[in-house]
Amino acid sequence: MITEAALAADIARAHAAREPLLVEGHGTKRAMLRPVQAARTLSTRGLSGITLYKPAELVISARAGTPIPEIEAALAEKGQHIIAEPPDPRAIFGGDQPATIGGIVATNLSGPRRIAWGAMRDHVLGIRAIKGDGEIFRSGGRVLKNVTGLDLCKLLSGSHGTLGVLTEITFKVLPAPEASTTLAVTVPDIAAGVRALSAALGSPFGVSGAAIINNRALIRLEDFSESVRYRAAKLRDTLAPHGDITQLDDPGLWRDIRDGTALAAAPDDAVWRISAAPSAAPAIAAALPNAKLLFDWGGGLVWVAGAATSAMHQAVIAAAGAGTYTLFRAPDALRGAVPVIPPEAAPLAAIGARVKTVLDPAGILNPGRMRAGA
Amino acid sequence: MIRLPAPKPDVMARRPEIIAGLARLLPADALITEDARMKPYETDGLPAYRQMPLAVALPRTTEEVAAVLRFCHDNGVRVIPRGAGTSLSGGALPLADAVVIGLMRMNRILDVNYDDRFAVVQAGVTNIGITKAVEADGFFYAPDPSSQLACMIGGNVMMNSGGAHCLKYGVTANNLLGVKFVTIEGDIIDIGGTHVDAAGYDWLGIITGSEGQLGMVTEVTVRILRGPEGARAMLAAFDSIPVAGAAVDAIIGSGIIPVALEFMDRPCIHACEAFAHAGYPLDAEAMLIIEVEGSEAEQDALLARIRDICARFNPISMKLAESAEQSLAIWKGRKGAFGAVGRISPDYLCMDGTIPTGELAHVLGRITELSQQYGLGVANVFHAGDGNLHPLIMFDANDPNSFARAEQFGADILRLCVEVGGCLTGEHGVGIEKRDLMTVQFTPGELRLQRNIKSAFDPAWLLNPAKVFPLEDNPVLAA
Ligand SMILES: Cc1cc2nc3c(=O)[nH]c(=O)nc-3n(C[C@H](O)[C@H](O)[C@H](O)COP(=O)(O)OP(=O)(O)OC[C@H]3O[C@@H](n4cnc5c(N)ncnc54)[C@H](O)[C@@H]3O)c2cc1C
Repeated sequence: MITEAALAADIARAHAAREPLLVEGHGTKRAMLRPVQAARTLSTRGLSGITLYKPAELVISARAGTPIPEIEAALAEKGQHIIAEPPDPRAIFGGDQPATIGGIVATNLSGPRRIAWGAMRDHVLGIRAIKGDGEIFRSGGRVLKNVTGLDLCKLLSGSHGTLGVLTEITFKVLPAPEASTTLAVTVPDIAAGVRALSAALGSPFGVSGAAIINNRALIRLEDFSESVRYRAAKLRDTLAPHGDITQLDDPGLWRDIRDGTALAAAPDDAVWRISAAPSAAPAIAAALPNAKLLFDWGGGLVWVAGAATSAMHQAVIAAAGAGTYTLFRAPDALRGAVPVIPPEAAPLAAIGARVKTVLDPAGILNPGRMRAGA
Repeated sequence: MIRLPAPKPDVMARRPEIIAGLARLLPADALITEDARMKPYETDGLPAYRQMPLAVALPRTTEEVAAVLRFCHDNGVRVIPRGAGTSLSGGALPLADAVVIGLMRMNRILDVNYDDRFAVVQAGVTNIGITKAVEADGFFYAPDPSSQLACMIGGNVMMNSGGAHCLKYGVTANNLLGVKFVTIEGDIIDIGGTHVDAAGYDWLGIITGSEGQLGMVTEVTVRILRGPEGARAMLAAFDSIPVAGAAVDAIIGSGIIPVALEFMDRPCIHACEAFAHAGYPLDAEAMLIIEVEGSEAEQDALLARIRDICARFNPISMKLAESAEQSLAIWKGRKGAFGAVGRISPDYLCMDGTIPTGELAHVLGRITELSQQYGLGVANVFHAGDGNLHPLIMFDANDPNSFARAEQFGADILRLCVEVGGCLTGEHGVGIEKRDLMTVQFTPGELRLQRNIKSAFDPAWLLNPAKVFPLEDNPVLAA
């Protein structure tokens, strides 16, 4: 066990000494984005435990190093769940330790339910964090609605530990569904698959998962059992023109989609995630003939596995078009040599540099993680 | 009264030059400088505060907005962005030395895409205007502030507005994909797009709810959703506030998330009933309006579950709407609540703190005590599922003493919200109204941090200054 205060003192010392730090929870996603230029690791793993849980208020708080399975277990006891359905990084990155809540928020990783219920960052209600000079601050709180002051919860979500070290996170949870089922529509190609998913997502039937694997468009319903039964029947009618339909009840299926296991990446493949408008999915697929692909979020999230080369990386960038890409997993040689996320327009990059200086004046938190030299 | 910074003497002295400079950038009808025509812009939804601006610009394009911002930046002129001016926290209140940039003429829908479920609209499109544009095809834009007929999407983004249905659908921040953002230097930047979760810092997240402090938004890409098959409401009335609060907990605890879960106390029930004749139970201390969605059969099943839960709390009465019309009748009083209170009191202040829902009974009890202490009436109507309170404090604006007491009463309520673990504002924003209470919720270090982030976007503090952050310790504004 360590305390937030001890962690803050440690960071303050590093700040004074201009000593770069690799910030992590369990380090499950160390191979994500760029290699960090730091000799010393600062982990939140000792900062663990649920600090508040009010099921009737749909709110839970946990220290940053709390393992996700521990949170899931506590929620399950009260029939609730983490809304964004975050992936288990072990599937893609290996290792035996589960992700921590701090790591999931710092990377803003969300699973299939994102399409209906929002991303991890959408549910963060409050944070405690430490700036790069060791100063502790809070943003947000523990209530479901709060617009008081600038929303630093969102700014730190997805900032990959470069703007502050999260120490405690309060987030919204929801009742876990009583029942769930999946309709699988056999489709000839990706374009037809996305059309089927769009028809499902554009229906009034509350679809909570929409993915394509191997010429099957998969559509998930989650709700009270009578609703799931009724909606599945209605959706069958809606989807009938799109292909043959079967009904599946395999919960492992959505776990494999969530974690990217269904991508079946080879051990030495690099892995990317592209987020784009769903209707761009067929063009993305056509532009990447040599890659393995997995489509989630109605076709808007494309997991890509392929050769860990900069030529392949350029192909992914070109395929992403107006969307956004992340080099999710790659050997150091590749991820150290290419832009792992899209560059920003110059005026935005200038604002970003100033914001970074405000939160991490000496630039010691995860240097180089998101962009070269930043 | 909240203090405003002294006008910059050099700017006041150069007014003719500044107006001439703006006139070169805008079509003749897009610049207003006569007092009589600037009058509608001197206040917003907090009319106790009024101030005539230096000039009002009404651009029609992003390029015009950028040109005006660049000019103001280069000339050290303060800027007040404005949508419809419905802010209840004084967010759009002008300053004497500032140019108001109103976006009401940027009111075009630019693109609607049902396959990818988004709409691109200009910032001056009204909230309801988005839904109107897509409802014929069965879609809607989810966040629905009560002011939705008037308020504009740009203002919604800047206030991160919520609505009666945000328990299920989230607030503005949860329904955005991208914005066209213009910096104080006049740079035009596309943030986000037609996809979700852009890699990099979450600029969309920090801009949303920033109350015009970081830059201006001229276009917004929102997520549109297919509407449910139907929706219906029920009403449940209880003889005590704690019991109604317990019923709310039991509903949420049962795994049902209604699309709306609204709470009204006795004074509010009476005001609304007198106004709307909605058939509200006048003997109740507290009343819930609960709405569910789905097919007729799904609505029946959910309403039956909720009725059974409420029945365990000895309700005085329950009414399940059997048709869409009956449902509308149940909502009629609630939707007119502000207007109804306006009829029984010449003026009212609408507060907006949020509390943990478990603190409901305690907080409403304290508000009743404070009401007696200040000698001012209060009616409570709020979003019960998320603890966002809207105490309406009744006062008489012709009596300065009454207004001063109302402001103090409101401040006491907000301090109480923070004390029990909640916050100063759930959806109306800090504006000028709650600016000086920010020290109750944040430490000096936390406020400095937020101010420094504003400075990263707006180093000279020209954008909507004197709002959100207390003037004290402010290197740029402290006069
Ligand atoms: C009767 C009534 C009921 C209301 N009900 C609700 C409710 O249910 N939920 C809720 O959340 N709010 C509610 N409000 C508050 C108000 O309607 C919202 O805050 C709304 O979003 C403001 O939109 P607007 O277009 O009027 O913005 P304005 O009041 O004009 O401006 C709001 C703020 O945003 C800034 N701004 C506006 N447009 C831009 C832009 N394009 N770029 C940069 N900055 C900008 C302004 O400077 C100001 O700080 C209510 C108000 C009234 C009067």
